[in-house]
Amino acid sequence: MAIKTNLQAVRDTLMEIMERYDNVVVMGEDVGPRGGVFQATRGLYDRFGPDRVIDTPLAELSIVAVAIGMALNGYHPIAEIQFADFIFPAFNQIVNEAARYRYRSNGAWPVPLIIRAPYGGGVSGGLYHSQSVEAFFTHVPGLYVLAPSTPKDIVGLLRAAVQVPDPVLFFEHKRLYGLVKGEVPDDYYEIRLGEADIKRRGDDITVVAYGLALHEAIKAADKLSEQEGIEAEIIDLRSLVPLDLDTIYESLRKTGKILIVHEDNQTGGWGAEIAARIAEEMFDWLDAPVMRLGGPDVPAVPYAPPLERWFLPLADKIAGKMRELAEY
Amino acid sequence: MTKRQKRPSDELSDEQLLEMYYYMVLSRKLDERMWILNRQGKASFHISGIGHEAIQVAQGFAMRKGHDWYFPHYRDIATCLILGVTPRHMMLALMGKEGDIFSRGRQMPEHFSYKPAKIVSVSSPVATAIPQAAGTALASKLQGKDEVTIVGFGEGATSEGDFHEGLNWAGIHKLPIVFVCQNNQYAISVHVSKQMAVENVADRAVAYGIRGVVVDGNDVLASYDVMKEAIDRARRGEGPTLVEAKTYRPVPHSTADDDRSYRSREEVEAWKKRDPILLFEKVLMERGLLDEAKKQEVLDRVMAEVDDAVDYALNQPYPPIESAAEGVFGDSPLVKWSKKGTING
Ligand SMILES: Cc1ncc(C[n+]2csc(CCOP(=O)(O)OP(=O)(O)O)c2C)c(N)n1
Ligand SMILES: [Mg+2]
Repeated sequence: MAIKTNLQAVRDTLMEIMERYDNVVVMGEDVGPRGGVFQATRGLYDRFGPDRVIDTPLAELSIVAVAIGMALNGYHPIAEIQFADFIFPAFNQIVNEAARYRYRSNGAWPVPLIIRAPYGGGVSGGLYHSQSVEAFFTHVPGLYVLAPSTPKDIVGLLRAAVQVPDPVLFFEHKRLYGLVKGEVPDDYYEIRLGEADIKRRGDDITVVAYGLALHEAIKAADKLSEQEGIEAEIIDLRSLVPLDLDTIYESLRKTGKILIVHEDNQTGGWGAEIAARIAEEMFDWLDAPVMRLGGPDVPAVPYAPPLERWFLPLADKIAGKMRELAEY
Repeated sequence: MTKRQKRPSDELSDEQLLEMYYYMVLSRKLDERMWILNRQGKASFHISGIGHEAIQVAQGFAMRKGHDWYFPHYRDIATCLILGVTPRHMMLALMGKEGDIFSRGRQMPEHFSYKPAKIVSVSSPVATAIPQAAGTALASKLQGKDEVTIVGFGEGATSEGDFHEGLNWAGIHKLPIVFVCQNNQYAISVHVSKQMAVENVADRAVAYGIRGVVVDGNDVLASYDVMKEAIDRARRGEGPTLVEAKTYRPVPHSTADDDRSYRSREEVEAWKKRDPILLFEKVLMERGLLDEAKKQEVLDRVMAEVDDAVDYALNQPYPPIESAAEGVFGDSPLVKWSKKGTING
């Protein structure tokens, strides 16, 4: 069993995937000799050369568009958007093109590709290097949206993502790149898209999270268990689309209380959809209102350290919500 | 007397020339019938290729059918017919009927797609296909295939960032691609003078280190010469070309447009004298390949095909309603959809 950081998990799995599948190319800004600004593609260029590790022009729209064209013509591209904040020039290509190709051609022209993007705050990145953008894409049928938060999950989901015949958005929380270390099994495994994972067992309340919020929620839960005897079950979504409602509902049948936490803005965040689904389908099981803790509804994460902390879903804040829910 | 340089169109046989003419007329007559069907309430929408048939037929003949990649302009009815789309297919798509090979009744008409001919699915946002076409061309190049990618669009689309990014990629990687702009001088109502400050769309090529060529898009043989040369060069690894075919749309932008608000009838009438079919008929007559009897023969053949296509499509059902919910994602054992509900799980 190897211990890896999230970043190592990304990098090693990209290397492995490129070894295994000749038709995979990695493309993006600075992904070549520089190895990416986060070093997620380090070593790939030396190993596979410029035909398979493509330094692109600084133009997100066409990073995605060219990847789409390559996907139409035999490749399974893995495109990197350097920061999720800069994905918007490519929004039209992702939403109107990649997501719609299969449907609009009645299955004739699928677009198998992965778009990787580091997202999230906690790195003093200010408004434009901290954004969580997943809810723009979870809204769109035709896109898979993944947000794994541990090395093991990154490896298993990336291995699976490169085999599905449709576009996948693969969001990597950049604060967790070096912060999270974890075990990665030596034996080959894959994790299916659409399977959540229970990261902590508990009978009192259910907490659904992903990304930085997941790790902060686990911290909060451990503290509440120790100090107040509240036992929270923590579900790591890992995959936002498909959404593993089975796992969420099963836990909810046990606890009757649920809190959804994410760093993305609360209003219209993915938690809103989860809350709505619970209201529609699980009303009878609820012992408390569905609670949400999302990012404050300001345009993006502010820069100055105390302001940034105010924005982020850190353990104390989550613990407060968890307590409120447990006591309801 | 200076000797005239040999042109690619000199190689076209008499049969090929007459075939080109046939496709121009077929496209025109299908198109005219589509307008009528719309006015009769039998088709909700139509966007027309009338007046653009010369460049469209030229590019269809210059491509290697089923081998080269083709991202059509939405007006490219004639090119698609050459590549194997039938009049029946066109009419089924027009009416959104079962059997519509483009999208099974999901997309508006003229959003072509036909995989066996490598006609890539057309969407509605203009210019998005241009950088995608750079992607298929890059893939061909990296795989060592001798395919060329051809991508069509209007001059209005060249104001979009997608156009500039696509040409930039093509220049950087010296891609086997031909960009074909059908400059009909209007983007719906907006005149080209409000679209760009350069005189020719083709002038923009220089900014990306690629070739730019202007051609009379109403002259099918001149258009063929330019397209054939551009495609041959691309295939030989000599890089991309931006072809600008100057033409005119003598009809409204679509069935939803009224062009009287933005241009004079005199202007339209003047251009009708340069109708690409009339111009080509003159050439064919001069060469002794066409006379009134032969013209009538072609017309009869075409009208029979048009009538057949309309009758056929009118009598087809619409796709079953359940089909609208299908095929958002492909099947994969690596994806688990939650049993609960349908939306995203
Ligand atoms: C991105 C986008 N904006 C607006 C439209 C609406 N629209 C459809 S066609 C068109 C004009 C296109 O003009 P041009 O590119 O010159 O092509 P033409 O129709 O003249 O052949 C417009 C504005 C669109 N389809 N896509
Ligand atoms: Mg135009």
